[in-house]
Amino acid sequence: MRSTYSGAAWRAAALALPALVVTTFALAAANDPYPSTYAPAASAPVLIRGATVLTGTGTRLDNADVLIVDGKIAAVGANLTAPAGARVVEGRGRWVTPGLIDVHSHLGVYPSPQVSGNSDGNEATAPVTANVWAEHSVWPVDPGFDTALAGGITTLEILPGSANLIGGRSVVLKNVPAVTYQAMKFPGAPQGLKMACGENPKRVYGGRNVAPSTRMGNVAGYRAQWIEAQEYLRDLAAYEAKIKAGGKAAEDAKPPKRDLRLETLAAVLKGEIPVQMHCYRADEMAIMLDMSREFGFRIAAFHHAVEAYKIANLLAEHGVCAAMWADWWGFKMEANDGIQENIALVDAVPNGCAIVHSDSEEGIQRLNQEAAKAIARGRAVGFDIPPERAIRWLTQNPARALGIDARTGTLEPGKMADVVLWNRDPFSVYALADEVYIDGALQYDRAHPPAAPRSDFMLGQPAAAGVVP
Amino acid sequence: MNVRILAACGALFLAATSAGAAPVLLKNGVIHTESARGTLEGGSVLISGGRITAIGRDLAAPPGAEVIDLKGRPVTPALFGGVGFLGVSEVELESSTNDGTLKLGQMRPEFDLALAFNPDSMPVGVARVEGIGFALLAPGAEPGRKGAPGSSVLAGLASVVRLDGRKPRAPVALAVSVGEDAGPLAGESRAAAYMLLAQALEEARGPLQATTPEQRLLTPAGRRVLKSFTVEPKPVLFEVDRAADIRAAVEFAEKEQLKAVIFGGAEAWRVAPLLARTQVPVVLDPLDDLPEQFDQIGATLENAKRLNAAGVTVAFSLRQPAPHDIRKLRQAAGNAVAHGLPWDAALAALTSVPAKVFRAAGEFGSLEVGRPANLVVWSGDPLEVTSLVDAEWLDGQRQSLRTRQTELRDRYLAKVRAGSAR
Repeated sequence: MRSTYSGAAWRAAALALPALVVTTFALAAANDPYPSTYAPAASAPVLIRGATVLTGTGTRLDNADVLIVDGKIAAVGANLTAPAGARVVEGRGRWVTPGLIDVHSHLGVYPSPQVSGNSDGNEATAPVTANVWAEHSVWPVDPGFDTALAGGITTLEILPGSANLIGGRSVVLKNVPAVTYQAMKFPGAPQGLKMACGENPKRVYGGRNVAPSTRMGNVAGYRAQWIEAQEYLRDLAAYEAKIKAGGKAAEDAKPPKRDLRLETLAAVLKGEIPVQMHCYRADEMAIMLDMSREFGFRIAAFHHAVEAYKIANLLAEHGVCAAMWADWWGFKMEANDGIQENIALVDAVPNGCAIVHSDSEEGIQRLNQEAAKAIARGRAVGFDIPPERAIRWLTQNPARALGIDARTGTLEPGKMADVVLWNRDPFSVYALADEVYIDGALQYDRAHPPAAPRSDFMLGQPAAAGVVP
Repeated sequence: MNVRILAACGALFLAATSAGAAPVLLKNGVIHTESARGTLEGGSVLISGGRITAIGRDLAAPPGAEVIDLKGRPVTPALFGGVGFLGVSEVELESSTNDGTLKLGQMRPEFDLALAFNPDSMPVGVARVEGIGFALLAPGAEPGRKGAPGSSVLAGLASVVRLDGRKPRAPVALAVSVGEDAGPLAGESRAAAYMLLAQALEEARGPLQATTPEQRLLTPAGRRVLKSFTVEPKPVLFEVDRAADIRAAVEFAEKEQLKAVIFGGAEAWRVAPLLARTQVPVVLDPLDDLPEQFDQIGATLENAKRLNAAGVTVAFSLRQPAPHDIRKLRQAAGNAVAHGLPWDAALAALTSVPAKVFRAAGEFGSLEVGRPANLVVWSGDPLEVTSLVDAEWLDGQRQSLRTRQTELRDRYLAKVRAGSAR
């Protein structure tokens, strides 16, 4: 069987990609004072042979090969030839998917062990902290990165918590072992802005008798910020006009005072940073969509969208993804209407963009099982959800929400070779990742676990080593 | 199973919920009896008068019986829902809807949480339609906030609750906290938990020493209740994770002649020989694999596998007491199998083992002739996440599989189909 994208058009696309990547990366590095130092680990070519391949584009290929060269997907299809020096992996009976992507994680900012000294996920000292960047809280030692890797997670977005109306900037990481977060930072991936609807901000601040204490207070709080950001952009434009005009005007021109909060909000209004919006209820999501139109910014995804099924068409019409759990519900009022068919219903509408996310150091280890539950619930109410469709909830769709879909999230030639080899159909409780590749490098090998734990915290711990007390 | 068959089953469930006087013969299934009879391929179960009246191959249908061909589908006892707040917690973050934890700043072993059990609670119905028939309702222990009184290391009485609308069984266990969480309940040192428990047991056994009433820990009712755990082998549930703490709890229970059960037990595998020798069961969460607390540095997905291999009795519960997620427990069990636990041991950890440990085996945990019919027909492997409940009987009654969640689903499913979900 041939890959659906083995034609000339795809080869052209593959050739075009590296140039694009370089441009994006150069731009990002120039604007980013905390640039990525991530470099793919060196790797020999890999040929996985005769596996069931879910490409992440909606295609399933049986008895297919996947060829990885120079950290990129080189080809997917039948009877591929292994280049000299390639590692050949027998894929018969096993399944290959793109590396899984979790759009909602607090690994590193709320790491294990959960102690106050490492609790760095919520700057809950003011309801708007658009000035903070989650990456500055990430503890790369978090053992949760390793357990997530064993679950096939190759890319993840680390967000600030949801205590605040505007919590700060998120960061997208490659799930590789590193001493610094910069060495995990996905090159060129846009940051996101974490915002939160509903109960959390009003509980945290209302409890201190400061605004917001109500949902209407929440919305007034966001709007006031966007108004300030608009003024900031106007001041900036006026300054730039004076500079451009030259002469005396340029000499006298003063830039607006540098303000990290307004820089973030302005970047959102300029379309450089998409909003990742924590929002449970359908009615609140609709308010946020109106607000995004009022001020002209883009919401990439509603996270924890427990009621997305009630407005599945509305979300699809706006091109906004819904990132969901398979079955969380009821732990607070805004989660009270959770149903297990949520993901399947969002996926069922035209242009629906369903994402399975975790928000949990446990859930991130088995997003494939979360998807499997959603498949079963969808099928039970009559939706045909084959594995090649469902895998998109964990790969292509989250890549789209993070703005990295041109680089990863599917097994298309030219893309990053972020790949999971499963011991069987991944949509099963018994499925385990056998091998996980990130940019072509084998980062997890179930058959050959590392002699010492990767996390510095776990190193030399008698309990983990099985010493009998 | 395709949609057409499911729809047919749905119609059947609705028709059958009214206290079926007619016997029901489930035939041609894989019957996991969780009893000495093991698993019967091509087996049948006859339900009559609310009880299981026959199990075997080639059972004949009595006159007037409804016959259901299982077509090879599995049947298990109704599952255990773990240890927690099922029926006493509606919405976790709404304190007015929670009754799980007594915060009087006093040691009250006589606290009988089952009096707060609400059989109509939403999480009860949601768990029921996932094949869960019983759970251990156990009080929680947590310190007070902002100067308010908290609970004590001795949280109170736990009871087996039934998910079929009946009232809970009589209190069966005592909930005790002695690990990392016990420190704040015991003057900021877990060591003091044992000091306080020893004093309480001394008071319970009597005669009372010449202490002032202010120095005493227990009320007269508390003394009576606690004493009953020293004369009867009723389980005392020690919530503890660290290997050294598990050993301390087991040794304390041996010395005080208490019937210890370990709850949590993230590092239990490290003291497996001790647990096997003393026959102390462990109720654990198979998904624990991170050092979420310093007490859990040895947590591993192979905990259940290693304990089972060492001959330790293992039952399953999620760690968190909140009741909304307990339908996830069979997924957790499936993960234990993926990490080496034999499948039969995993199903036992969801059925017969907890029923025996919490002294409800006459009613739950196995399929045996003469027992009340508490059983589930599954669409496939009950530990597989893609399998669903096809039919369920509790106390002999066919259960409706509808909940508030299925009502919500159907309301909005129609809108999605019409393209009007906005």
